[in-house]
Amino acid sequence: MSNDILVITEHMDGKFSDVSFEMVGKAKELASALGGQAVAVVVGGGVSSNAFASDSTIHVDDASLANFNPEAYGKVIEALVKEKSPRLVMFGWTATGMDLAAWLSARLGVPCAAYVKNIGADLTMTCQAYGGKMSADVSSAGDMAIAACLAGSFPLEAGQGSTAATTMASPVSLDGLKTKFVEAIKPAGGDVDITSQVKLVSIGRGIGGKENVELAEELAGKLGATVSCSRPVVDAGWLPRTRQVGKSGLKVKPKLYLMLGISGAPEHLEGMKSAELIIAVNTDKKAPIFNVAHYGATNDLFEVAEAMLELL
Amino acid sequence: MNIVVAIKHIPSIADDLPVKGNNVDFDSVDFVLNEFDEQSIEQAVLVKEAVGGTVTVVGVDMIGELDGVLHLALAKGADKAVKITGDDPAADSHQQAKWLAEAIKGMSADIVFVGVQASNDLDGQIGPMIAAHLDMPYIGGVSSVEVTGETATVNKEFAGGVGAKYAVTLPMVVGVQASVKPPRYAPVSKVRQVAQTATIEKVAPSGDAGSGLTFKKMAPPVVTGHAEMIEGSSKEVAAKIVELLKSKGLV
Repeated sequence: MSNDILVITEHMDGKFSDVSFEMVGKAKELASALGGQAVAVVVGGGVSSNAFASDSTIHVDDASLANFNPEAYGKVIEALVKEKSPRLVMFGWTATGMDLAAWLSARLGVPCAAYVKNIGADLTMTCQAYGGKMSADVSSAGDMAIAACLAGSFPLEAGQGSTAATTMASPVSLDGLKTKFVEAIKPAGGDVDITSQVKLVSIGRGIGGKENVELAEELAGKLGATVSCSRPVVDAGWLPRTRQVGKSGLKVKPKLYLMLGISGAPEHLEGMKSAELIIAVNTDKKAPIFNVAHYGATNDLFEVAEAMLELL
Repeated sequence: MNIVVAIKHIPSIADDLPVKGNNVDFDSVDFVLNEFDEQSIEQAVLVKEAVGGTVTVVGVDMIGELDGVLHLALAKGADKAVKITGDDPAADSHQQAKWLAEAIKGMSADIVFVGVQASNDLDGQIGPMIAAHLDMPYIGGVSSVEVTGETATVNKEFAGGVGAKYAVTLPMVVGVQASVKPPRYAPVSKVRQVAQTATIEKVAPSGDAGSGLTFKKMAPPVVTGHAEMIEGSSKEVAAKIVELLKSKGLV
């Protein structure tokens, strides 16, 4: 058992994601307190891995790892974790990290905390839960822990640097994989780009049905805004995926983000919390969005929207 | 083909979540089906309709109220329902994943669907853990599934419409983000009819696997900021919002 902290970084199209740097920065702080090293782990090719302020960086490259493959990446990370025996393994609570963190936890019998917002010097992990309505402090009962960290939780700059990476071949055989990467999927074009809009009227589950989207469209029209939404609206088929804000959607930073019927789950906040003016209308007075919005109201969104239409 | 859907019955976040000790007071909350499981059930039924087979829905009965959820799944096109008599509302994801994996082992599953995540996944999601226990590959964040022979072709979403297509040799576990089509509606009359005729198989929980996490505290988050609340009737609120937008030069 070492006092090292392993950070599983993520990259796409030759660029590391912000959460990778954020985690490396936090790992440095924690490792220094523990007397261990912050080790950045880069899996896959096509990226310059001398990008972190880590104490060391391991870059595992192999033809099978060129694109994200949960089965192959999982095997490589499992082998590295077994060899290094760190105190803590950090993943992003992201589309890729989510495939790996809980899997590794079950494989190795090591506790895992998800939705991690903060980690204390004693490795107590503070997690968001229940759609952001609760916060839990948890710690590992064992010698090792896995933390799946929410993007935007730690400062990014502290993880940026130029530590020279040590490149190595896969520590485990990648023959006979059952999972094959076929091709990348690019965003469907043809719709407005919500990331370039100055004003957004964003609707959530509270809009109630596809027939009510028209009201939001009408209000957006009067405000010179575009309609965006949270994930449940897309999953229900009420708006196309191009309009989705949040972790699995797009990150936006408009001057106005007027939210109708969105509770503000952590996944949604990740995509819009930097908007300049956030106004939220939601009937649940305890909705987490009111901890982030600048202005809020708990009135019926339909009544407010209709009354606004009369005034505009 | 044998299609299995593993579901999760979780505390509803529509209402306040009371705390007892270091965890949620499970006796005082309503339990609901995880919303991603609605997508997962639909995707499983769509695969059955495309290639034939049987859909078995399995879940841990946390508080003795899972039957309603299972009846709904049957009304939506599942063929068999199994409940694991956990009867422990505090059973965490690790424990549920272990029980589910043990139950699924006997089902000769060709493909296992789960909702990609749930709001109470404090110790991680059950999908990847079930996959680890069953030694099957896992892909999550999936928004479409097609099965041809022994291979499933799945689309995984990363973010902002960017994704990747994978071909996986079955069996596998799929974490569903969204089904290809929105979940179908089951009329109440049909659910009632199913409730009167359906048999739910009961399975005793097997295998121990707590998360290994120690809960030190559970509480509503410490709030660092709060919105300035606009009070009044809806008309008054609308007027104040419009006034605010005007003052900022946004209309």
